[in-house]
Parts: sequence; C-alpha cells; structure tokens
Amino acid sequence: MEVETASKTIRFKLNGQACSIASNPVTRTSDVLREELGLTGTKVGCDAGDCGACTILIDGEQRFACLTAAGQLEGCDVQTVEGLAKDGKLSPLQQAFHRYGAAQCGICTPGMLMAAQSLLNVKPSPSREEVEDALGGVLCRCTGYSKIVAAVLEASGTETQELPADADSGFGSRTRKVDGEPKLLGTEIYGADTAPDDSLWMRVVRSPHPRATFVLPSPEKIIEENPGLMRILTWQDVPGNNGFGIYPHIKDQPVLAKDQVRYRGEAVAALIGDRKSIEAVTDDDLGIEWVPQDAIESYESALEGKISPVQEIHEDNLLARGFLKKGDAESVYEQSLIKAQGSWETSYVEHAYIEPEAGYAVKRGQRLELFVSTQTPYMDRDEVAQVLGIGPDQVRIIPSAVGGGFGGKLDCSVQPLLAVAAWILEKPIRCTFTRPESLASSTKRHPAKMKASASCDKDGSLTSLSFEGDFNTGAYASWGPTVADRVPIHCSGPYFVPNILAKTRALLTNGPPSGAFRGFGVPQSAIAHEALMDSLAEQTGIDQLEFRLKNALRKGQKTGSGQLLENSVGQAECLEALQSRWQEWRKASEEFNNHSEIIKRGVGIGCCWYGCGNTSMSNPSTMRVGINSEGTITLYNGAMDIGQGANTIMIQICAEALGLPASSFQFIMGDTDLTADAGKTSASRQAFVSGRASQLAGEHLRTQIIHLAEAEEDANLRLDGRTLWVQDKNGEHSILLSDLLPRTNGDVLVGEGTFDPPTTKLDENGQGSPYATYGFGAHIAEVEVDLKLGTTRVLRLAAAHDVGKTVNPTQVEGQIQGGVAQGLGMALMEEYVQGVTENLHDYLIPTVGDMPDIEILLIEDPEPLGPFGAKGIGEHALIPTAPAILGGIRQATGVSIHRIPATPDRVLQAIQQKGMQA
Amino acid sequence: MFSYHRPASTEEALSILSREPCVPLAGGTDFYPARVGKPIQENVMDLTGIRSLRGIEERAEGIWMGALTTWTDVMHADLPEAFQGLQQASRTIGGVQTQNAGTLCGNLCNASPAADSVPNLMALEAQVELESVRGSRRLDLQEFILGNRKTAKADDELVTGLLIPKPSANAFGAFEKLGARKYLVISIVMTGVVAEWNEDQRIGKIRIAVGSCSEKSIRLEKLEKECEGKRMDQIRIRTEHLENLSPIDDIRAKADFRLEVVSELILRAVRQTS
Repeated sequence: MEVETASKTIRFKLNGQACSIASNPVTRTSDVLREELGLTGTKVGCDAGDCGACTILIDGEQRFACLTAAGQLEGCDVQTVEGLAKDGKLSPLQQAFHRYGAAQCGICTPGMLMAAQSLLNVKPSPSREEVEDALGGVLCRCTGYSKIVAAVLEASGTETQELPADADSGFGSRTRKVDGEPKLLGTEIYGADTAPDDSLWMRVVRSPHPRATFVLPSPEKIIEENPGLMRILTWQDVPGNNGFGIYPHIKDQPVLAKDQVRYRGEAVAALIGDRKSIEAVTDDDLGIEWVPQDAIESYESALEGKISPVQEIHEDNLLARGFLKKGDAESVYEQSLIKAQGSWETSYVEHAYIEPEAGYAVKRGQRLELFVSTQTPYMDRDEVAQVLGIGPDQVRIIPSAVGGGFGGKLDCSVQPLLAVAAWILEKPIRCTFTRPESLASSTKRHPAKMKASASCDKDGSLTSLSFEGDFNTGAYASWGPTVADRVPIHCSGPYFVPNILAKTRALLTNGPPSGAFRGFGVPQSAIAHEALMDSLAEQTGIDQLEFRLKNALRKGQKTGSGQLLENSVGQAECLEALQSRWQEWRKASEEFNNHSEIIKRGVGIGCCWYGCGNTSMSNPSTMRVGINSEGTITLYNGAMDIGQGANTIMIQICAEALGLPASSFQFIMGDTDLTADAGKTSASRQAFVSGRASQLAGEHLRTQIIHLAEAEEDANLRLDGRTLWVQDKNGEHSILLSDLLPRTNGDVLVGEGTFDPPTTKLDENGQGSPYATYGFGAHIAEVEVDLKLGTTRVLRLAAAHDVGKTVNPTQVEGQIQGGVAQGLGMALMEEYVQGVTENLHDYLIPTVGDMPDIEILLIEDPEPLGPFGAKGIGEHALIPTAPAILGGIRQATGVSIHRIPATPDRVLQAIQQKGMQA
Repeated sequence: MFSYHRPASTEEALSILSREPCVPLAGGTDFYPARVGKPIQENVMDLTGIRSLRGIEERAEGIWMGALTTWTDVMHADLPEAFQGLQQASRTIGGVQTQNAGTLCGNLCNASPAADSVPNLMALEAQVELESVRGSRRLDLQEFILGNRKTAKADDELVTGLLIPKPSANAFGAFEKLGARKYLVISIVMTGVVAEWNEDQRIGKIRIAVGSCSEKSIRLEKLEKECEGKRMDQIRIRTEHLENLSPIDDIRAKADFRLEVVSELILRAVRQTS
C-alpha cells in the first residue's frame, strides 16, 4: 500500500549551515528536525499550533514548526534553539533565563527562547507589553511566566530585577539550576527525545465511547495487508496482571480492556510496527464492534443506581469515604447566631504538562528497561513488574527529564503498555502520546460537588465548620482514596475550629480517572472554606483579613484531627505580612469603582494549609552521596525533578551538611538501579522528606571523613583534585582519595540518609497526626470584572507563604508563581469535558497575557524535622489563588460564583440574577 | 503515491488543479491541526511558492490583498482607517507564530464560524476572487461562505485574493472580540464594524457583522439601517436587530450568553469608530 508522498530534496540554511535533506515535503518541520536531523531541542507539545513548544525562526520570524510543511523551508534561513549558543557558551538571552530560573521543567524553554529572540532581533529594548505579545503564542505550565518575562527584559537591558549577580551555591542561595544548561541549550533529553535506533513504534487504540462493550476482530488480515504493522496487542498478551493502579490492593485499570470500556480514552489495543504504518492503520480499519452503553456521567446517576455500576465490585459506585469529627459541629451550628453556608461545584481540570507522555522500553536479557517521563520511578518499577509477572529487581526505570508533571505523571501511562510490548516482541518499543490522546486518557483533578457551613461567635471566633463533598473519581481508582482522605483533614482551612464534621465520598463515574493534581482535592475544598470565612467576616463586621488572622492556627493549638501543632505554624505571619497591601489595594479598588460604572474592581483573599508528605503513612526517602577516587562527588538522587528543582536543592542541602561546595557535585536522578527509593514527587514531600534524607546523607559522609582524618567535628573540608583536606584547630589533615578502596559505583566514600516523617494512623473519627509538618499561606488578588461581558482579569496578586526555611529563593518563587498560574486557570478558565476539550485550544490554560503581577513574601518559621528548617511549597502555592480571585469577583460585583471555573458566561449570569433580585 | 505540488505561478497552480484535486496549503494553521496523529494521505498544493499572491495593492477597483497575505502583513500595512478593525483582529489571532504564517484567505476558506477575519471583511464589503482554468469570478463574502466549513469554491478553483472597495475617508473600522484568555484564544463572540461618520457626529453608512453567533458570520442589516443617521447615544439595539443570529451552546459559552453580550460588543465597536 502506498501511503505517502514522494520525497523531495529540500535545501535550506539551518543554524547558519547549508542543509539538504530528502524528505516528504508535507512532513511537519518539527518532525523533520527531530526525527530526520536529530535536533530534538525543538519540542512537540500538540502538533496543532496550540502550545508553541516547537517555535523556531524561519527567515527571522517566529513560526510553529509543527504547522510548517518541510517543503516550505526551501531556500529559507531556519534557526532552532541549538543555534543560539556559540561554541557551547550560552547566549545572553539563555544566560538571563539561567539567572532568573526562567526554565523550570524546560519543555517550553526552546520555544520561549526562540519567540523572545525573534523580538530581540528587531527590537533590542522592548517594553513589557511587547515581550508579552511576542511570547503570547508559547504556553508554559510551570513558571506562571513571571521569570520568563523578567529574563527577556533583563537580556534586553530594559528592566533588571534585584538578583545577586553571582549567587553562591549554599543553602538558602539562588543557586542556578544544576540541570539548567541542557534545558537552555536544547540538549536535555525528555521522554520523546531518544530511543534505540531499531525501535518499533507503538500506537494505542482507545475507546471513542464513555462506556461500551466491544469485540476486537482477529488481527491477522489487517497485519497481512500492512507489512509495516508487526503486531496488535490485546489484553491476552499481558503476561502478568492485566491491571494497574496506585494502591497495592487496587489494580483496577486494565492495561488493555478485555471486553468493556469505562471511559472515553481507555486503551483497548496497541499497534506495533514502523511509525508510518501504525499511524496509517486507522482505528476504523480495525473493525472493532462497539456497543455503546448508558454511561454514568453525573453525581446523580452515580448515586441513583438506575444504570449498572461503573465497576461491578462497587455496587453503589462508592470507591472511598473520608470522615472527620471533632466536637459537635451540628448542634453548635444550630445554636449559633452567626452562620454561613453554601454549595460549590468544580470541574475536571487537566494537568496540561506541555510534554506529552512518552518513553521507550527494551528487554535486556531477563530484565526490562524502561526510559520514561515519570514522577515516581520506584512505583513504576513495581507496577511494571506485576504487569509482566516478574520481580521488581528485573525492572529498571531510567527516568527521562520530565516536561511537567503536577501529579499527572504519578499514574502509569505508557509504562505498562511499552513494557508488555517490549517484553513480548523482544524489540525496543517507543511511544509518544498525541495531545488529544494525552488529554483523553490521562488523569485529571477531581471535579467536586461540595456543601459546607460554618459558624462563629459575636467577636468572630469560629465555632463550627461542616463539610460534605462528593468527588468524581472517574472510571478507575487512581488516587481517589487519597483525595477522600486528605480533604476532611484540610477542609476547615488553616484555622482553629473547635467543632468540625467532614464527610467525603469518591464516586465512580464513566469519566476519565481523577488522580493526583497539585493539592489532592484541597484546592477544591479551599474554595468552600474561604467563601464561608468571607461571609462570616461580613456578618460580624470584621475585615476579612483580620477575621482570618483572628482565627489562624497557631502553635500550641490542635488541628481538626486533634494534632497538636508545636512548630512551624506561620499562618498568622503570612496574614500579617499582607495587611498593609490588603488595606492599600482595597482602598485603591474602591476609589477606582467610584469612577467606573461598567468595569469594577475588587480584592479577595484566600488562605491555605497543607500537610507535607503522605497521609498517615510511612513515606520514607533514602538518599546516597559518594566521592570517587577522582574527587567527584555524586548525589544519587531518587527524588524526581519534574521541573520544580529537586536536583538543585538536594545538592544544596547535601553540600551544606557535608561542608563542601554544591559546585563540586554531580548527580544521578531517579535511575532505579543507581539511586535509592526516595518515594514519589508528590504531596509536597521532596524538599521536606528527601531533603532531610539528603541532609542526613551529607552528614553521614562528613562523619566518615572526619573519622578518617581523625579531626574535630567542626573541621572545615576542602576538595583539591584527588585530595580531601580536613582542617581543624589542630591543623590540616589530608585524605588521598585514590588511596581508598572503591566501593559501589566507584565511590570510595559513601554517605546514606533515610528519613520517614513521623505520623500516626487516624481513628474512626479522623483523629490522629496525619502529617509531620504543614505549610501555610495566604494570597490576596485584585481583579477587574466587566459587568456587561462577565470577563475577569486579575491585575495583581500578593502571595505570602511559610516555607520553614527557604532552600533556594529563585525556586520557591518559581513554585509560587507557577502555582498562582494554575490556580488562576482553575478559577477562571479550565474545564475538561471528555470528547469536547481534547486539545489545547478548547482546553484553555493561562497564557502570558493572563497573568497578574505577583509579589512574593516568604515567611520562615523553621520546621525542626525539615532539612535546616525547610518544608514543602509545591501544592501550597496553588491552593489560595482561586479563593482569592473568587473573593475579588465577589467584592467587585457583589455576586458569589458557585460553579467553577468562573467563565464569562457564568459570571454574567450571576450578575444578572442578582440584578433581577435587586 | 500522493502528490505534493509547489507551483511558482498561479497559471501553473490552476493547470494542476484542473487535472487533479488537491488540498490547498498555505500557512498550515488549519491544515495540520486537522491531522494530528494522522498520516497525510492526500494530494497537496502548497501555494507558498507563488510570490505574486502575497501582498496588498491599491488597484482601480479597490484594495487588493493577495491570497497569501498573512495576518502580520495586514497588521503592518499602511491602510485606511476603515481597516482598523481588521488590523485589530490580526493582533488577536493565535500568537505571533499564527499571525506570521496564517493567511486571511486561508481563514476564509476554512470557513469556521469563529473565523476572526470574516466579520471585519464583511464590514469592509470584501469580495473573494476565484480563478480556475475555466475563468475567474468574484463573489461577495456572504456568497462565498456557505456555512460551517463550507464555501462556494469549486475543487478546480483557487482563491487568489480579496478585493475591498476603497472606503471613504470618513470611514472607520473597529473589532471587538470576547474570549476567555488573552492570547491563543478562539472568539466566543466577535464583531467587526465599519462606520462612516458625518460632521454632525451622526452615522452615515455603517456595516456591522457578527461572528461565532451563527453557522457563519453575518451582517446585521436591520441594525445597520437603525444606526444610520443616529448619534452614538441614540443607538438602541433591540431583539429584532439580532433575529438572524442563531448561536449555539458549546464549551466556550451558552447561546443566551452570546446573544446577551453581542449587543454590548457591537456598541463598543461602534463607539470605537466614532
């Protein structure tokens, strides 16, 4: 079968060099660059001109490589990210990106750099607005764009932010990302960027129906007709357990569905062959006989029992429940004079990491090796092992650089399928999900339907809070039980509330599985508790910030789960830090409103608290550090860096503990054969848990050095080639590293540290100490609403967070700015609907033009268990944003939004309904 | 085997089209997104080699924009005030990458109900120039776009450009677009207006077109009549003025919302021209 267009010779200039290729001229330029010329610096996030990761310059103009036919390059001057640096030295723009921490995961970085460069080429000193216009076509999901814009302005010399010129590399400094350079050069290797040359490709066939039974006809005929198609895998090919899932006892999602599917996007078969053939054989060609069934797509239908349950073993579609009871919230509420209540509903939210799921698998002897973009190599290893029916020691996970995760790469995507294919065919197999496939198949933030009420006494002290939440967990368990558990603990907010009643349910529906997404249900419940706080404050006549400050959890108080907070409780300090801005912004918005009829402004506030680490569960991290005979220090870092910067801070912490500079470190990340298990990059646990393990590993190594040198504890260390100098008050001792016997990995000295944060089980009333520490925070946001159109713009936002101790200010700021962007998206525009928003132009995430100015205030109330006092920030950063924005809308318009996101039509409808009532 | 042609002249292109049907390709901003994850198995006529089709010229019959004229070309062109709306639209399409590659005529041929070029070009009373070996013809935009993704272009025809009657000196254009984010956003509702203002601050001739509120963008002729001779503060938009709109509910907004905000957008656009 002739499936493609004839090749044509195309001649163009590529990064200054003449280039001639024989290629199919309708091929996307992004594919030609990546697959034919090996220039994988140009990234592909959507193939549809929606994300801009593939931005290159053609004759100096920025263009989407994914929308440019290779044939159109004829005679053109093409520049890619690989052409920016000269002789391996970062260009001024790249240097500015490096200094500002403008690259987090780095997947959008090449596109951002090229877009910015196109502007700087013609406009060396652009305004901020011009920078935003130039970057408007590139999406970033990590940074909130702040540092990117700052870096471009700095490179142009237009604006310079206060940053130490040459940061040192110790704990607390703005150490540049240790993996920053490859991200800026375009040499970083992500999941889709490499595979053995003889790899076959895999394409997954997925259900077009939310619920259906199906019969897959025998594949012989279609394989015969398509010589490039080697194999069609079905459920029968899975050698071990045809099921996977987060919980050891719930492996409910089939690797390949047997005869029924439970959500649109569920995998039913995998085509293996050469790339062109597996793409050319369409799903329709397979002749699958689908019999669509009535699907459960609402909370009501999940609970009614009219339609047969999503999973046979959960007759009532109830996957999990959560419960917490402290005191007697119901009767206190009944008797209270000041009360507030409401109901809220949120939507499916997509992680929208710009790097789609990708990787390759290869069988080596009796072992399976998987190169994959993941947040959790050790869980992947165990999952793949049970799917193949082999031992975990027979599986090696080698993580790629991860182009964004946010919780979405905790669940398996390509892993089990690639493993099965490589194991059976005994050939390397690679796969990259398309964007629509990624959107349809991957997990989402749980949609929530919540009812809550709260009361306080006359002077504004909270007396009760009740919360009931149904969380749509989709077709399979994923992290549903975690959400059901986490929400009751957090749903009363960072406040002291004497009486609490919280009930949650995770309900199965025929929607995409809801999984882990930055906050595990807490961002949803924060919308409820913060709206209640505003209402109670208003009724008592107390300012909304002061009301929160009055009720803020403090040291010596007990949480809703009865946990005594002894250390690191910076909630009140966060609120105090915002007081002056709050007053000033509110005044400014009132003044603005006096002169404006149609555009109204308002300032809202949101608070958060969030337990760092897994809930009431052992979640240890082990870190190792070694020095080899050459004097190279290696951190064997099992804590996945998904852009947040674990590679950098783990080294900063270890270096501080060891007493040698971070610049003398190299690292290995997440390889299950080389690093110890440091647990998942989730639950805001890496800085806190793995950070502490890293500190302990550094101290362990230091102890050995001190012992070897017979020096004093407080000795200074110095590394000079192969000689380690140890100086104490008695003089200088030297250790010649090449004299020592090599141990594992060629290291002559090895330090190891393990930390498991102390927690206790929760009793039947949800009482206990589920987390070893909590992070706290508050945001205020000034918004502007167009009363006639319902559009909302966030003008400025200030974020105060108690991070214990700041390991690296640049990275902490980056986490907060990125969290704000995701919170803003959740509040105003993000809503995934299966079958409807399966691309990045119907599923909207914030662009550079949607972000407010963000001011960051770091509060440091040290956590004694954390590394040098530090604790987590990853999820905290997102939680207060949506409540603050919704509060701002409320203040601007007088209306409360109960259905999230607050899209223009919902806001306008609420405004009109209020108008009718008035 | 599928063919890929990249002719250097219109004649060559028309001759190929007379022999074999080809999908025309220019900026690729609609072509490739419709083929994500799919192999390209069709004959393609890449028009980007026909240099004579790119550019904006003043001709006797009006202002001509070649079929390969990009949004960026329009944005930077020195055009009469009546083109302000079209130029504003060019800045709100996608990101700079889309503006650099995407062509106005491609936007027309794709015939999406949310095509940002259409209301503006309707308000400018643009005509579409079609050529084939059989001859050439010119269609009003209303005749050219038949419905959602449907045009009057025959398989052997090529859109070679647009012809816009030279606007009078007192004509001003404006564009208002409502979307849920700033860049890379598809319009929930949009309107393009070109109005001639008399010296007494009354509207002379006015053209008002609305997009994303029906299967294809349409002119609101009743409202245009209503506005003529009025001052800004005298304009009242009533239900009957919008009766030809038939918006749908979709993920971006509900139909009622579209009807609700369209009047406000029109008023803002008219005000901009005043």
